Amino acid sequence: MWIWFHKLGSPPHFYRTAGRLVPWFGIPALLLLVAGTVGGLAIAPPDYQQGDGFRIIYVHVPSAYISMFGYVAMAVAAAVGLIWRMKVAFAFAAACAPVGAAFTFLALATGSIWGKPMWGVWWDWDGRMTSVLVLFFLYVGVMALRSAFDDASKGDRAAALLAIVGVVNIPIIKFSVDWWNTLHQPATIAKLSAPSITMDMLVWLLAMVVGYTLFFAAVVTMRLRGEVLLRERGARWIRELNAHA
Amino acid sequence: MNSTGQAMLALARRDLRAALRRWGELGLPLMFFVIVVTLFPLGLAPERDLLGSIGPGVLWVAALLASLLALEGLFRSDMEDGSMEQLILSPQPLVLLALVKALTHWALTGLPLVVLTPLVAQAFYLPANATWVLMLALLLATPTLSLIGAVAAALTASLRRGAGILGILVLPLALPLLVFGARATDLAVQGQSATGPLYLLAALLVLAITLAPLAIAAALRISVD
Repeated sequence: MWIWFHKLGSPPHFYRTAGRLVPWFGIPALLLLVAGTVGGLAIAPPDYQQGDGFRIIYVHVPSAYISMFGYVAMAVAAAVGLIWRMKVAFAFAAACAPVGAAFTFLALATGSIWGKPMWGVWWDWDGRMTSVLVLFFLYVGVMALRSAFDDASKGDRAAALLAIVGVVNIPIIKFSVDWWNTLHQPATIAKLSAPSITMDMLVWLLAMVVGYTLFFAAVVTMRLRGEVLLRERGARWIRELNAHA
Repeated sequence: MNSTGQAMLALARRDLRAALRRWGELGLPLMFFVIVVTLFPLGLAPERDLLGSIGPGVLWVAALLASLLALEGLFRSDMEDGSMEQLILSPQPLVLLALVKALTHWALTGLPLVVLTPLVAQAFYLPANATWVLMLALLLATPTLSLIGAVAAALTASLRRGAGILGILVLPLALPLLVFGARATDLAVQGQSATGPLYLLAALLVLAITLAPLAIAAALRISVD
């Protein structure tokens, strides 16, 4: 049963598998993103209060979700790497960080653009925004710490530990809208009871969320292949790979 | 007394003695704190209302930066002379030794800061009751800060140019302390009850005491390796 796990840890096998996976993530991602964009911008009805302004939700919510999803994925990979000394897991964590940071930035930027017409301000120091900003700083810290080490494997482990420590921020982000009742609206979708959003808006949002997740997976897989090549440079299997190409 | 307790006590005494023999280094972060705080009334118009309203925030930011300055040397000398290897190899749990090192560091840098506070608070015309709340809040927040800082210091202990990165690692994690600490002081200045933020600071301290030593010990193992 553990064979697949060990195989996953072997860089050449992983490199080939990842290469085959990219189109399986990428093509559905592209289809869902196009469908979600068209549906969200053109087909979904305007909001009774915010008019067409609410449509930025189709970018804001998925990217905010990916910013947290990416961090948790990175931290889990970091833990796997620390516990089982798995090289590919560290490479995955390294590949996640810049992508996650980019989505965090996108979530902050779109939130800011959304905030200006709706709340009248670009930025408000409430719990949700501040904790997402901290998430961005954590991504930057993890990347900076990894690159500060000359010894790559030491940098990997130090960054992994920092990533795990930073997980304390994730529940704070999730519950910040419930703990502090401020400008940012509380959750509309991820609720145990019925979501407080109408079905013909929700479908496109879900398409976007799934599309963003697959897009994230595709980009991380591509980065991961590059990361594996970089880390294994000089290994025999790469020379053989080049000989065939 | 069991041997772990003895080892913890011995480590604390050794760290205190080593630090007290170098007065200059110990006083540096404190002087930095005082100077940063005095810069604000000089840089801004020295009006009572203005200083009173920005005072709590300035004091908290200055305390945060001063403690950052003190963090750098936390594990440096132990790494250089090989005592860190001995601590890791010793039969005592490294988690508890890490806790001792962080708390000793607090006693040397955080505690003097708290004692110094009533003096500096006068520069911002803080009322007496708010000064008490500020001291209590700093008393609760500075150990947490030392513990969080020790995690970052342990991660960067083997880096030669670790100082710059230390700030990037510590300050985001220290943000809740700043928020609740400044909130508590602010409430006290306005004459309201500050118990809410103070309880939250206490909760963060309990959380840090239980979890941070685990991270410090793991980070030290990575750094020494």
